Amino acid sequence: MLDLPPLMDRREAMKLMSAALALAAGGCAHPPLDQIVPYLEGQEGRDYGEPLYFATALTQGGYAQGILARSNMGRPTKIEGNPRHPASLGATTPIEQGRILELWDPGRSRAVLHDGEIASWDELMTMLTARLARLQTSGGAGLRLLTRSSSSPTLLALIDAVLARYSQARWHHHEPVNRDNVHEGARLAFGRPLEPVYHFDRAVTVLSLEADFLGCMPGKVRHARDYMQLRRPDDSRSPMSRLYAVECMPSLTGANADYRLALPSSRIGAVAAELAARLSRGGKASSAWLESAAADLDSHRGSSLILAGEGQPAQVHALAHDMNGRLGNIGKTVDFIQPPVEIRELAGASLAALAADMHAGRVDTLLILDGNPVYDAPADLEFARALERVPASIHHGLLVDETAQRCAWHVPAAHELETWGDARAFDGTLTIQQPLIAPLYGGKSAIELLGLLIGELGYVSHDVVRATWRQRFGDQQLEQRWREALRTGIVADSASAFEKVTAAENPTAPPAAHAERGAGGSDAAPGELEIVFRPDPFLWDGRYAQVAWLQELPRPLTQLTWDNAAMMCPRLAAQLGVQNEELVELELEGRVAEAPVWIVPGHADGAVTMMLGWGRTSAGTVGSLRGSSAYALRSSRAPWFARGVRITRTGRRRPLASVQGHHGMEGRDIVRGASLAAYRVNSGFAKKKADIEPPESLYPDVPYPGYAWGMSIDLTSCIGCGACTIACQAENNIPTVGKQQVLVGREMHWIRVDRYDEGPPSAPRTAFQPVPCMQCEHAPCEAVCPVEASVHDAEGINVQVYNRCIGTRFCENNCPYKVRRFNFFGYTPNTPILDAMRNPDVTVRTRGVMEKCNYCLQRVVRARIVADRENRTLHDGEVVTACQAVCPTQAIVFGDLNDPRSQVRIAKSSPRNYALLGDLDTRPRTTYLARIVNTAADEPV
Amino acid sequence: MSSEAAQVLDEYGRPGAAPEIQGRHTYGTITDKIAGLVLERRCGPGFWITLGVTSALAVIFAVSLIYLLVAGTGIWGLNNTEDWGFMIASYVWWIAIGNSGTFISAFLVLLRQRWRTSINRFAEAMTIFAVAMAGLMPIMHLGRPWFFYWLAPYPDKMSLWPQWRSPLEWDFFANTTYLILSILFWYLGLLPDLATMRDQAHKRWQQLAYGLLALGWRGDARHWHHYESAYRLLAGLGAPLVISVHSVVAIDFAFADLPGWHSTILPPYFIGGALYSGIALALTITISLRALFGLQDFITPRHLANLAKLMLACSFVLTYTYAAEIFTAFYSADHFEIYTAIDRLGGRYAFTYWIAIFCNVVVPQSIWFRRVRASPLALLVVTVIINVGMWDERFMIIVTSLHRTFLPSSWHTFVPTFWDWSTLVGSLGTFVLLFLLFARCFPVISMAELRRLNARVTGVDR
Repeated sequence: MLDLPPLMDRREAMKLMSAALALAAGGCAHPPLDQIVPYLEGQEGRDYGEPLYFATALTQGGYAQGILARSNMGRPTKIEGNPRHPASLGATTPIEQGRILELWDPGRSRAVLHDGEIASWDELMTMLTARLARLQTSGGAGLRLLTRSSSSPTLLALIDAVLARYSQARWHHHEPVNRDNVHEGARLAFGRPLEPVYHFDRAVTVLSLEADFLGCMPGKVRHARDYMQLRRPDDSRSPMSRLYAVECMPSLTGANADYRLALPSSRIGAVAAELAARLSRGGKASSAWLESAAADLDSHRGSSLILAGEGQPAQVHALAHDMNGRLGNIGKTVDFIQPPVEIRELAGASLAALAADMHAGRVDTLLILDGNPVYDAPADLEFARALERVPASIHHGLLVDETAQRCAWHVPAAHELETWGDARAFDGTLTIQQPLIAPLYGGKSAIELLGLLIGELGYVSHDVVRATWRQRFGDQQLEQRWREALRTGIVADSASAFEKVTAAENPTAPPAAHAERGAGGSDAAPGELEIVFRPDPFLWDGRYAQVAWLQELPRPLTQLTWDNAAMMCPRLAAQLGVQNEELVELELEGRVAEAPVWIVPGHADGAVTMMLGWGRTSAGTVGSLRGSSAYALRSSRAPWFARGVRITRTGRRRPLASVQGHHGMEGRDIVRGASLAAYRVNSGFAKKKADIEPPESLYPDVPYPGYAWGMSIDLTSCIGCGACTIACQAENNIPTVGKQQVLVGREMHWIRVDRYDEGPPSAPRTAFQPVPCMQCEHAPCEAVCPVEASVHDAEGINVQVYNRCIGTRFCENNCPYKVRRFNFFGYTPNTPILDAMRNPDVTVRTRGVMEKCNYCLQRVVRARIVADRENRTLHDGEVVTACQAVCPTQAIVFGDLNDPRSQVRIAKSSPRNYALLGDLDTRPRTTYLARIVNTAADEPV
Repeated sequence: MSSEAAQVLDEYGRPGAAPEIQGRHTYGTITDKIAGLVLERRCGPGFWITLGVTSALAVIFAVSLIYLLVAGTGIWGLNNTEDWGFMIASYVWWIAIGNSGTFISAFLVLLRQRWRTSINRFAEAMTIFAVAMAGLMPIMHLGRPWFFYWLAPYPDKMSLWPQWRSPLEWDFFANTTYLILSILFWYLGLLPDLATMRDQAHKRWQQLAYGLLALGWRGDARHWHHYESAYRLLAGLGAPLVISVHSVVAIDFAFADLPGWHSTILPPYFIGGALYSGIALALTITISLRALFGLQDFITPRHLANLAKLMLACSFVLTYTYAAEIFTAFYSADHFEIYTAIDRLGGRYAFTYWIAIFCNVVVPQSIWFRRVRASPLALLVVTVIINVGMWDERFMIIVTSLHRTFLPSSWHTFVPTFWDWSTLVGSLGTFVLLFLLFARCFPVISMAELRRLNARVTGVDR
């Protein structure tokens, strides 16, 4: 052999290789330049590689949701809720979970564009400076700002500074899913726009008038937690609340209601009016349903609550406030504060005014800060056409979206996790947002852009935000309070004070017909078909269309992924002669949209619902051309529902990828439930033979002298939101598979939320059941694996050894719960930038390998290492699984079954505790607490 | 009904009464006829066409497997509810085919059934090729086929051992044992004939090739002595394998919790089914070879009738288990068992159940008729139908138990893809190709045994 000198020595080769790897994996990722403060102070640098948590907030519609972002060596990898934040209390929604992927999304915009060509920031500045100099002479006439609704003191101060500099300039704000009706309703009732703050922990009887307070209202996570405070059937001293819901399209709130009434949205105003009359004048309501609701509300004065949804006209809100006033609920179950978002004019009117001015040629320079009106503005405003008349339009956003493509300039935006800011929560609490990472793709913040308008070319978001807070905190306390606010994620005692409200001049109930029209819908002859628009639970107004996790997360009430549909009740579908997946053409006032039919049991008759947020044409490879846009039908006059829609069959089909094809329980006791009254009589109803006395086994029991992990899932508390599924996806590096693979049945979610409908299709009772791995003590999967890839560990967790798995798939065949997931293809793409996002504690699985839930083993191990180092055992609650952490209602409890005082032991001692398919003697470690609803004893559950 | 059936019935009254060997044969004529099939016979256009078609199918098979290795298991219609599909159905079908070859050669030799002499050689070849196909199926079905050897207990540096409770592990041993034994048994039986071929061959390369394979066989008395005892020993080892291999295959299913699988009747059920489809395929091949190679003297109506009767007996076993399965499901009062039973009878995949009933229960009843037993053509049709029915039955067992699992939320539908079909059809083509090459290169009937049989039957000892 030749003895050639090596080109480089081993160390040098390693250095080069690791540098190449770091470049490939990390891209341009580096931590932000300004000092950020972790949630637990003194942890920085304690242990190399140990994750740090930073408190900040993510906003939607201007409302802040407090979060803790996990940072692994400077890379944000996971979002958790901030326990101190009033809108979170430690939990989040699926959307916040998905926004980590939005941050890292390789499809994000990376460069300033001018007419679609790559330009530079300097070119933009040159253009803008010249233009602004000219504008200043005319007082800024023709200069317009368009933002989303905002609660940020810093941003609003900057906007004010711009308006002060250019007296003729105007600021508009736009939210497709806005709260105009809420604010206008309060104005009708109290003479000024106010924001209601609900206290569900004090409301024993709740009536929701299409108010999806569990699913899409700001503060929904908090509402869910509060609501469940009064849904604890095991606590016999605490009353159990009762929820009545009137709605068109089944929502999370409706599905969790004890009594639900399905009505087209346009008829809910009439119900409110009748109820108001019944409550103020007595007598009997026209229907038994309404009468029992009215009687229930009447008998819970001061502890009841009536609330209306943002889709209901302002008059209905006014009626709700009026009824709450009469019932003595104001100040008890509902309070009012100054709206956290800035409302100088209503969002709908604001955009309409802008569009009118644009059409009239009165807009010269338009700066669109983070918004996509070309896609999501009401169709009758013809925003895209109006934009053509604006000589200089600048779009600022995360993506080169529909609006960016039609604007002269586009500036890539910094993500909320990349920049400084501040925002208010639903109750007014302020959070100072800190960045987790320097802008990955060179994005600019809105602050920097607005700085240009007031001649501050070197604005840095950190300095501007800090300047705002210097004013508020004062020079002396600035450093200490700033640090404290960053650390905790809230500005202490910043929640808005409750306003004293007095009824406006004319609080009497408006006539039903008036309520029916109003700001919500158009008027048309009765009997016509109605179309209802609802925000998509996960894509919201469409802004998250590029987030694959959110695309693939099954919608709670339809189990659909990657697509939307025209949803209708079985009766209407039969009447139209259409079936699932058949494409129909919807025509409203000459505007046309095409969507496949999806039959939804429990949907109101005489109406069809479409989710907003679909049919994006420019949302990257993930989000483009999925579903049908409902905005095509939505007008500014009737943004939430409209009558007179005509449906014609096309004879064509579009397959819809639903993850669950069957929603009946087939007489199997899968979700066990009872009414509260029946439960009080027979508390052990959920126990079947196998739960009381496990079947005998030939094998001796395996002892677990150390920890014995177990989980309990309370089906009374579970609202079915799906947050657990996506938190698990983020924590465990679970890939998305795409629509085609979902259609074949290969979705990878480790914890899924099953939905079962029992009862008549017109009014089913819906139950949700999260199903992670049951970690069976007698695991059917373990016995059949020929290579011991599926084994029990010493603490009772059924672990899957990925690198030992050869993929016989016998384990999945033999799993009665079907919780195992096989990598039929290599689902995790080789995208370096996304590698940086992944949880470094969890292996990324290859093709041909089985995977499944393992109780977040990596979290158990991390906690155990800390405890071992401190020479102690783990405390109860020290290990929190991803699904448990994110759950808004704390339905999931995890812990050591050997610890007699652990929460999980306490939960499992409930008489409601039962094992799913326990007769098979799998002895699952994950058990369920039966579902209790507060209906009369004799009604089916 | 073919004229041959009428002729057979005229001659013997019933086909089973026909002798095991017909015509005036001597050692020489038997050798000339059978060795001549390989050494003298020229390949006609029929041979080349069949070779072309089966080679094309073998290419499709190869392409399917290569694409599988490149793309992954996802090319089939499987999903997280139905993790097994065509490949496993084919696996069970192939291993079952193999079963009857060993049954014919090992069981019948122990039972001193003389009529097996004319058919055991190609039945054994059928076994080997079928077991080879069967072995390929579960390996290629793995998510990571390249690690299939992890099933073997070998000393590795991480001290990892297979998991002995898993029936898939037993399956690995059962199949490898079976394949090794089948090859040994077949090869041992071939030795005297290979020597005959060496002696008969005119071309030098043939003499060399057969001579090497014959391992120096000279027909010595001592050779015959050792041969006889070794042959009987292997037959003795092979006979229990007929039972054990297919029992293990059945336990692959019975071990699982699934309604429709989790049943003690499965091993006898599977053995019955295995013999059934195996004999059916053996009969298909018998009839084809008899007609193509003009072997009517050695394969007489009696052989066909005996095999047909065996098949009929097996169909009773199967009919009984079909009935017992349904009965047990209802008798168990178990919700899930009853649901699966009803789903098989009337659910989405009920057509597979009724195809199985038609092919495996109804059609074989025609064998009651002498005219059917006497007619090679009719028997050929029946055997092909039975084998279609048996493949369908295995698919039915797999898909009906999987698609309606315990939790209705996971219910799903299996739809086979192009690659499911191409793998299935390709494997059939490859099997026929291999068999064709065997028939072209080796004597399809054991000449040594046939000579002895002829002496016994006709008394012509020369």
